[in-house]
Amino acid sequence: MNVIGNASVLERPVQCAEQPSVSREAKVGKALHGWVPQFLLIAAAALIGASLLFSFWGMNLRAPQYPGGLKARIYITHLAGDIQELNGLNHYIGMMNLNQAAALERSLAVYLIPTFALLTLAAAFVRLRWWWLLAIPALGLPVVFIADLGAWLYYAGHALDPRAPLSSSIKPFTPPVLGEGKIGQFTVVAFFETGFYLVLAASSLIVAAIALRWRAAASRRAG
Amino acid sequence: MLWAKTKVVQGVVGVLAVALLVGLSACQTGASGPSGAAPAAGLSANAADVAKARSLTPDDVSAALKTYVPGGKYDDYYMFASGGQSGQVFVFGLPSMRLLKTIAVFTPESWQGYGQGEEDTMKILDEGKFKNNPILWGDTHHPALSETNGQYDGQYLFINDKANGRIAVIDLRDFRTKQIVKNPVMINNHGGAFVTPNTDYIIDPSQYAVPLDFQYAPISEYKEKYRGLITYWKFDRQKGRIDPAQSFAIEVPPYWQDLCDAGKLVSDGWAFCGSFNSEMATGGIEEGKPPFESGTAQRDMDYLHVMNWKKAEEVVKAGKAQTINGMKVIRLPTAVSEGILYLAPEPKSPHGSDVTPKGDYIVVGGKLDPHVTIFSFKKMQDAIAKQSFDRDSFGVPVFKFNEVMEAQVELGLGPLHTVFDDQGYAYTSLFLDSGVVKWSLGAPYRTEGGWKRVEHIPTQYNLGHLTAVEGDTVSPGGKFVVALNKWSVDRFLPVGPLHPQNLQLIDITGSKMQVLYDAPVGVGEPHYAQIIKAERLKPWKVYPETGWNARAQAKDPNATTAGKEKIERRGKTVEIWMRAMRSNFNPERITVKKGDHVIWHITSIERTEDATHGFALPGYNINLSIDPGETVTFEFDVTESGVFTYYCTEFCSALHLEMAGYFMVEP
Repeated sequence: MNVIGNASVLERPVQCAEQPSVSREAKVGKALHGWVPQFLLIAAAALIGASLLFSFWGMNLRAPQYPGGLKARIYITHLAGDIQELNGLNHYIGMMNLNQAAALERSLAVYLIPTFALLTLAAAFVRLRWWWLLAIPALGLPVVFIADLGAWLYYAGHALDPRAPLSSSIKPFTPPVLGEGKIGQFTVVAFFETGFYLVLAASSLIVAAIALRWRAAASRRAG
Repeated sequence: MLWAKTKVVQGVVGVLAVALLVGLSACQTGASGPSGAAPAAGLSANAADVAKARSLTPDDVSAALKTYVPGGKYDDYYMFASGGQSGQVFVFGLPSMRLLKTIAVFTPESWQGYGQGEEDTMKILDEGKFKNNPILWGDTHHPALSETNGQYDGQYLFINDKANGRIAVIDLRDFRTKQIVKNPVMINNHGGAFVTPNTDYIIDPSQYAVPLDFQYAPISEYKEKYRGLITYWKFDRQKGRIDPAQSFAIEVPPYWQDLCDAGKLVSDGWAFCGSFNSEMATGGIEEGKPPFESGTAQRDMDYLHVMNWKKAEEVVKAGKAQTINGMKVIRLPTAVSEGILYLAPEPKSPHGSDVTPKGDYIVVGGKLDPHVTIFSFKKMQDAIAKQSFDRDSFGVPVFKFNEVMEAQVELGLGPLHTVFDDQGYAYTSLFLDSGVVKWSLGAPYRTEGGWKRVEHIPTQYNLGHLTAVEGDTVSPGGKFVVALNKWSVDRFLPVGPLHPQNLQLIDITGSKMQVLYDAPVGVGEPHYAQIIKAERLKPWKVYPETGWNARAQAKDPNATTAGKEKIERRGKTVEIWMRAMRSNFNPERITVKKGDHVIWHITSIERTEDATHGFALPGYNINLSIDPGETVTFEFDVTESGVFTYYCTEFCSALHLEMAGYFMVEP
């Protein structure tokens, strides 16, 4: 989604078949600078809050002896799916227990995510010059999530216990953050899920809101 | 579903048969079914070649198509068959007739680790002991699925042990035996198990008359002292257990009671049991007296026992039963005076007494009489209202045969047992004629034809019981009958003088019955079976939570988890809480001293379907199966010093052989 592009579309006067009245144009401009960004920020806060309920990232694993496949689902606060079975399998290659990966991040997320949502909500109503700083943590959430996930996947695939039963037959590897890979007899597919798209959408709304308000501020200064 | 495509299958079979008979090949078309069906041309060409190469007839091919269940596809029905002298229960899938499982019940069984050290299974077997003598085998005859409103509900299965007069309860959530009860008054049973329409009671009749409570009495006092007993075991569905304290029995004359059936719908609250020694023969072949085989077959009539069990229940509640060895027994004079027991003359030494689906008639197979006799429940009630009886020598009221008999149908030699379909037909096994005979029921089941023999099909050989899809319930399913043949003679590859039994699947959907499949059973002699729609069962795939006690169907107090494994010594007792997970036991080294007593718990923390572990401790005769999520316990005295190994006996993983440990016993 090209958020910047959208904002620039909004900058241009609306082209209609009929010549719009001056007052209407003013109304639209006022809305774009007033309640629209406020609404976008409220919506972003709601999306971030809702993301707690959905998985951010998932991996499906298939192997001959698991006709139903195995699943891992990562919520921002906890893990779900066949985690115990995956840990059981991973111990053969000396991989860490999945519950230990990003344990600190997950425990903090319980408090941080609602905090980010509330800060974003505050940004909707605070009219001080630094209001946009309140929305920055939420804005950065998708990027931070991907970076952290990637780092942990790399670490889990490389910090293998050399004493594990299959340590000699499995080379260090990085499970895919996105798309398909192969680990032992397993074919794995990784993908983002609803929770991640919710925070991504929230980030877009925040960017749009910041753009609109900055433009409004700029036009006020110009006017 | 296999049969959703019946039209396609018939079309394909038709084309195939034509191709085979006329010798046509690949360019046949004609069977055009819904999408998903293979084009008949391709199928028939290939199949015709195969059929020709294997000398299969068109009938063989259609039978194959009706029974083949491809790998990964499920059967439509479960069939629970008694396991005869194996003491177990066999579970088959239909229509494939594949053996899916043997459920350990009365006999120790290695694969399931049943009765080979594991505490709970030892306790279950121990419940069934006679006085203080352990019994390590059984002879299972008649399985009975639990019912709700006269229809199988797929929750529990009951099975009798004829040899020792016992009943077992199997929970169909995990297909495991939970309880065995030994009749405390009678030595053996045969006609159980039969459930009442809501599984309030499990009916369990004695077979060979003996003095009650295992007392001694000379055979010369047979008539005075020897008795039969029809036991009504109370089933507590909440607990999933038989409650002996709420159970009762009815004392009956020593007529050698046989198969029973519970009334349903109009006859709910009543039960019907046949008998075959109203002569009260006592044998004595060695003294020149007629042997039992002829002594019990002198009279033309034996007695169908007609019991008002609802009334019996009230009489017991009113305190009119006598407690013998902990069992409340309604004595014979009370059963007569309270209107609980009646007799109906029945020809001759019969086997089955089977209640029709609406509960209005009781069909009795004559065994030594070529007829089935149909009794009317309504006519019995009329006779009771009119008090129109004769009396036997014990003073029990006996209905007048012609006043309660509705019809007799001549079927052939040795009619034993009858089941029903959904079209108003009955199917009776003929032992001597070795076959199944189909016959039509009169009104209200069929408007035309009345009570009439329709068709006979030979089975191989010496057919005992037969069973139909839900064929003894209030709403039979039709489609199939299975004949449980006693002899297979020449039907299978020879495997020595002890031959397998032969269970034959019969298609009853067409205008003529067709035998589809011979299933050899080489592990015991099934007597009776019940067939239930697969969707009625909801079995667990793994235990609901880790640390599950299968006997209690609840969390085990001795469950352990990873990191919580421990060994504790209290004086001479060593208690171990072990954890199993692919591919290790934790702990892997255990050291004790000779003379210690060991209590050992193992919890499998597996949550994955089919990730079962076994556990063997050779030298101490310990062998168990630990299903995913299960906690098991065993204990033993350390009598031998030395170094012992324990290991996983169920191939669980690539490192299964490494799943082992040392049990060190210091002298």
